[in-house]
Amino acid sequence: MSAVRDQSPAGAPPDAAAAAAIPDVRLVDVTKRFDDVVAVDSLSLEIPRGSFFALLGPSGCGKTTTLRMIGGFEEPTEGAIFLGDRPVTGLPPYRRDVNTVFQSYALFPHLNVRDNVAFGLRRKGVKGKDAVGPVKEMLHIVGLEGLEGRKPRQLSGGQQQRVALARALVNSPRVLLLDEPLGALDLKLRKQMQLELKAIQHDIEITFVHVTHDQEEAMTMADQIAVMNGGRIEQLGTPTELYETPNTAFVAGFLGVSNLIPGMVASEGTVQLRRGPLVHVSPEVIRGRSGDVAVGIRPEKIELGDGQQNVLSGRVVESAYVGVATQYIVETPCGRITVYVQNARAGSEAAPVGSALTLSWSPEATFVVDSTEEEPA
Amino acid sequence: MSAVAVRARPRRNAAASIWAGVRYHVLTVYSALFFLYLLLPIAVVILFSFNHPTGKFNYTWQGFTWDNWRYWNGVPGLQSAITLSLEIAILASIVATVLGTLIALALVRYGFRGRGATNILIFLPLSTPEIVLGASLLTLFLNLNVVFGFWTILIAHIMFCISFAVVTVKARLVGFDRHLEEAAMDLGANEWVTFQRVTLPLIAPAILSALLLCFAISVDDFVVTYFNSGSSITFPLFVWGAARIGAPPQVNVIGTAIFTIATIAMVTNVLIQNRRARTAAAAF
Repeated sequence: MSAVRDQSPAGAPPDAAAAAAIPDVRLVDVTKRFDDVVAVDSLSLEIPRGSFFALLGPSGCGKTTTLRMIGGFEEPTEGAIFLGDRPVTGLPPYRRDVNTVFQSYALFPHLNVRDNVAFGLRRKGVKGKDAVGPVKEMLHIVGLEGLEGRKPRQLSGGQQQRVALARALVNSPRVLLLDEPLGALDLKLRKQMQLELKAIQHDIEITFVHVTHDQEEAMTMADQIAVMNGGRIEQLGTPTELYETPNTAFVAGFLGVSNLIPGMVASEGTVQLRRGPLVHVSPEVIRGRSGDVAVGIRPEKIELGDGQQNVLSGRVVESAYVGVATQYIVETPCGRITVYVQNARAGSEAAPVGSALTLSWSPEATFVVDSTEEEPA
Repeated sequence: MSAVAVRARPRRNAAASIWAGVRYHVLTVYSALFFLYLLLPIAVVILFSFNHPTGKFNYTWQGFTWDNWRYWNGVPGLQSAITLSLEIAILASIVATVLGTLIALALVRYGFRGRGATNILIFLPLSTPEIVLGASLLTLFLNLNVVFGFWTILIAHIMFCISFAVVTVKARLVGFDRHLEEAAMDLGANEWVTFQRVTLPLIAPAILSALLLCFAISVDDFVVTYFNSGSSITFPLFVWGAARIGAPPQVNVIGTAIFTIATIAMVTNVLIQNRRARTAAAAF
């Protein structure tokens, strides 16, 4: 990453290897203020070519503002934006090689599907019948053949979504921006579109930047996720990295469920829990930390029994059978711990409420985040 | 016990059904009376355009004739008054709608110093009594030493029409999805092309409404025009002048013609809308 930043963008050699090394989108110290509110706070970001990149975060975290700045609908208060090696800060949307799928789809209600999809091509000067081929092909890709003559209001939500996608992709932009594109669809259709989007992205090899507040959606589709909070990127990584080793309590809580136990760094590979035993963690997750921290374990990574290195015992306060797994809430000296035990064997009995349980987990399954004591969520 | 109950029920039902009948017809009767009240004067106007009055006054039925229609411009000054009214109305409605649309766009789209004040100023002519508007304009024109006539009438009409145009177009713009314009720009359209291809087609119905509304208000304005016309005579001024010495039946002819044209336009509009709705439904 740093090697790329050191290159002078204008002097980059035109061979393929170097071109691939230039990220498709680059934000450098971008800040956006609306009056007194800081929506995006000196954010730097590089999105590699051909990736499916998700900006994930709760509403108001600045993810949509970031997307709109890439698209040219908002100008950054400070900082610079590059598409490839081209600085685009200050350029209007129609001078940027990006296209957007809006949350509301924003299909032109007075134009039929064909004219909606051809809109971008017409602006590029494609005349008459020359636009028919690309439009037809794109409608085929999104599965909307035969609906060319319809007006947007005569389409279902899912079909409108596909038109919006086709309208953007037919221009073969450098980057496709998706602003919560699946938010208005029902659950089943959303799941289906997630997989379709992923497949389309894989086929056409255009960089997708996808804004969402749905962690499952981001994890299903994206190669890389930037978790945003308060206008900043909390953590950037692959879905696996973010889930297995979150850096902050926010990321741990936003992606899935985690148990966070307060403690203090004891050595390079151990943390002393505040009201519990010493636990072992892998040295990488503790590097650079000292003093008060919180130890995190995912509920499904905890075993019943003392088969692993880190052991904690407690009493069952709640148990719920949910088919594939049984969920326990266990009261321990360190607080309540959530545990998911997979029901792999037939007829396995759930531990009754009030019974004693021993929990254990491996050091590799343990992550460490900053102490959560000062700002209780 | 049961026999009493059985006998009592039909009586209650009879009362209830009478009451239900009354309730059912009350609305019908009320509606009929309402429309009668609304349409009777128009019917009288139409009827008396075929009257053959013996004296100066066209107030009593004397006999049927086609003459008023055949010689619709037979009254001196009538044709020129209509021509002037149409010229003023066409020009005023076009200018007011163009300016009003631009003002509405500015008011809805942009935050600028004085936006609140502009909003109030736009509403002022709508809420000010016409007589005050007319008198104030007269004072202004007198102080500026303007020659009264065509141009003063036109300026006066544009002034009070702008407010109606702004209000009409603004209503449409408030519900306008800004993402549509962003989408157009995202797809390579610059500001002007976006306006041409997306904004304008979508607010066109409101612009057309504003145009027709302005035309209708301008063509029959009397009060403001009376103050600022000088020696020029518009159709409403002509009717007013004629009424004092006895309005000729040709006035009814013009009134009927305007009413007929307006009705035809309205019915056509409704038919087109219905057909559009049907084809939209059929496409599913």
